[in-house]
Amino acid sequence: MSALLEVRSLSKSFGGLQAVKDLSFDVSEGEIVALIGPNGAGKTTVFALLSGFLEPDAGEIALRGRSIVGLKPHAICALGLARTFQIVRPFPHLSVLRNVMVGALARHPEPREAAARAEAVLVEVGLEARRAQAASGLTLAERKRLELARALATEPAVLLLDEVMAGLNAAETERIVELVLGINRRGVAIVLIEHVMRAVMSLSRRIVVINYGERIAEGVPDAVANDPRVIEAYLGDTAEG
Amino acid sequence: MAVGLTLIFGVMRVVNFAHGDMMVWGMYLAWVLSTRFGLDPYFGFVICAGVLFLVGVAVQRGLVDRILDAPHEMQILLMLGVALVLENSALMVFGPEPRRVRGVLRLSTIDVGPFIVDLARLVTFVVAVVLSVLLWAFLFKSDLGRTIRAAADNGYGALVIGTNVRRVYAVAFGIGAACVGAAGALVAPFLPFSPSAGLPASVTSFNIVIIGGMGSLPGAFFGGLLVSVAESLGAVFLRPSLKEVVSFSLLIVILLFRPAGLFGKRLS
Amino acid sequence: MTLPRVLLAAALAVLLVLPALPSLFGSYAVTVFTLIFFYGFLGQAWNIIGGYAGQLSAGHAAFVGVGAYAAAVLSQDAGLTPWIGMLVGGLLSAALGAVIGYLGFRFGLRGFYFVLLTVAFAELCRLVASNVDAIGGALGYYITFTGNPRHFQFQDSRAYYYIALGFMLLATGVVALIERRRFGMYLTAIREDESACEALGVDTFRVKLLAMVVSSFLTGMGGTFYAFYLFSLQPSTVFGIPLSVEIVIRPIVGGAGTLLGPIVGSFILSPLAELSRAYFAKGGWIGGHLVVYGLLLILVVLFLPQGAYPWLVKLGGGRFLGGGLRPPSDTSPQDGAGKAGARSGPS
Repeated sequence: MSALLEVRSLSKSFGGLQAVKDLSFDVSEGEIVALIGPNGAGKTTVFALLSGFLEPDAGEIALRGRSIVGLKPHAICALGLARTFQIVRPFPHLSVLRNVMVGALARHPEPREAAARAEAVLVEVGLEARRAQAASGLTLAERKRLELARALATEPAVLLLDEVMAGLNAAETERIVELVLGINRRGVAIVLIEHVMRAVMSLSRRIVVINYGERIAEGVPDAVANDPRVIEAYLGDTAEG
Repeated sequence: MAVGLTLIFGVMRVVNFAHGDMMVWGMYLAWVLSTRFGLDPYFGFVICAGVLFLVGVAVQRGLVDRILDAPHEMQILLMLGVALVLENSALMVFGPEPRRVRGVLRLSTIDVGPFIVDLARLVTFVVAVVLSVLLWAFLFKSDLGRTIRAAADNGYGALVIGTNVRRVYAVAFGIGAACVGAAGALVAPFLPFSPSAGLPASVTSFNIVIIGGMGSLPGAFFGGLLVSVAESLGAVFLRPSLKEVVSFSLLIVILLFRPAGLFGKRLS
Repeated sequence: MTLPRVLLAAALAVLLVLPALPSLFGSYAVTVFTLIFFYGFLGQAWNIIGGYAGQLSAGHAAFVGVGAYAAAVLSQDAGLTPWIGMLVGGLLSAALGAVIGYLGFRFGLRGFYFVLLTVAFAELCRLVASNVDAIGGALGYYITFTGNPRHFQFQDSRAYYYIALGFMLLATGVVALIERRRFGMYLTAIREDESACEALGVDTFRVKLLAMVVSSFLTGMGGTFYAFYLFSLQPSTVFGIPLSVEIVIRPIVGGAGTLLGPIVGSFILSPLAELSRAYFAKGGWIGGHLVVYGLLLILVVLFLPQGAYPWLVKLGGGRFLGGGLRPPSDTSPQDGAGKAGARSGPS
């Protein structure tokens, strides 16, 4: 049985800088996989490659066995892979509901149906009270949830979450963790980039660690946390110096 | 004059649609100086540059400053408004008739080998080159020039190290305007002008700047040469009224395939 | 949320009164209103790509010119009635719009670069028209007056008033339709953030291209009116940058990306242009009305960047979210279910 999302020997460089190097991993149906690594390890670049915002120099990406390399982001979204942006980018002057509707319209061309769908998603993420407000008026935590809601409204099979917990306090983080678990329970596979280790440990069943664009470890959370290569990657400089 | 435009854009990322109209005001100023005060444009251009410098600083301080953080579109519209005001106030004051400034060098020519060169054009060309070199020296050798370039690279960074970015912007805008003022005065002796000359002049200089490369001084210089040569060739091989077709086609091709221009850095 | 509806109703009432007005007016007022409607129409057509999609085209005169020349030449030299020539002109303009849009959007030109591209194409059109002697070259193309309605010519200037009004209502109807559909919602979202749209499954290239085609088609149809209202076409006016400015400035002042913005803008600017033109002409100052334009544009950019219409709505206490985007669910009964669901949901 082939995995839902297969990544094989993915490479990308910018000028002389090798951002992603020969990276391979799989995501199965209904799984939660965390992509972690030090700052500048190339995690966000991986997301950009998967979602079609960047084209890889080499390698293969397949969604449900179908290659998606070279497709435009909107086409990849239509096939069932949605992403959030690390720096949230809501449509600032549009209402919260309209923001989510833009995502929902991908599956429901009829605005009324899209609106109904968007309402349901807003309820799921707990933003229903803000529905008529302009997105620019939301707090950071709310904007993160809006970002999540929009991606969710496209009804993806795989959801890429880029640091949806960064900058949030403990209670807000807890809410997002619950939310992500709930989404996953409905069968949506999730790949997340996260620095909040507690969240990574409690959410993911499998962790892929990358450094300088290369995979240095992969496994269940406990094993990865005790992997000497991982510890070195995170603490390497201080250990040596 | 493209040098002035590229300076303003390069430093501030502000698109100055009023550029050609500023040049036209430089021309009229030279005209007033020469008809009323008998001051030849080859001396008058210094005054023109000075006055336009003040106009540039005023536009920057009073208008552009307020919307530096606004979307690019708003700046374009703002400068369009300034262009309309400048062009048509010139129309109101001076009327639509074409004017010409009589310079001392009018009609004098010299022979350079097989070519007959219009002395007025030659002097203008030489002064333009000298001014460009001076400007280059100013930007790369003087403290203020370095600050301007720093602000161009990274406005926020310059702010952090304590530069008065707004003052730098005002100076840069002023110098850009002064360049066109001088350019206007210098071409006035051999180019009849009317208020409506401003818009085509702006468009031509945008051509030059885009083709040469936004924000690149040598780009502006060589872009200017390239556009002139292309238009002359177009005039010879097609018909004179089609010469601009060549430069606009060139502009479209450059926009599509090398939007940073021939000499510009790649935009990320 | 009710105030915009009140304004809308007021606007509708005004539109109902408008057809009756010519019988009360003198011919000067009829002319002014004809211009209000016509420029309101052009502004509304521009609004689709420039306002809703946020792609600042500064070369819309090209479409007026292509449409005008097409209808005029077909009528004069081929005997085709402008009523059909209008569609031909629209299609030709749409083709040009498709070319400009394809190049601009495929190569990812944004902001100022897109502005320059549109200007360059308009200027190219102007130069070509000036150099093709068959259509009059730089001297222009003149239409013989027949006064025959089949030739889109009318003895009574009130006919132009009604046609211009019809044009404006047609374009506004098209925009109102677009606004409620997925297409329109995508347009406003693209204006806000294109990359985010792509991530959400929006084919931004196709949506922008379609907007450009619709906009240039309507503008090209307007060319027919332009030609047969003025009876002469000069390349430097009909393709010129000043006409493009006239087209752009009304929706900007009135409120780009809103349904009524271009019309409000035209009701403000067209009479202002006429009055100041007359006033300054008396003083022998030509160009005065354009100074007024320039000042107004500067003031709007500095103080009312969203335009007059959103400001009017706010002034009345209504809330205004960006460009014409009252979510349909706020008014449609069907979404009551959605709201009820929201209340019973976990909190």
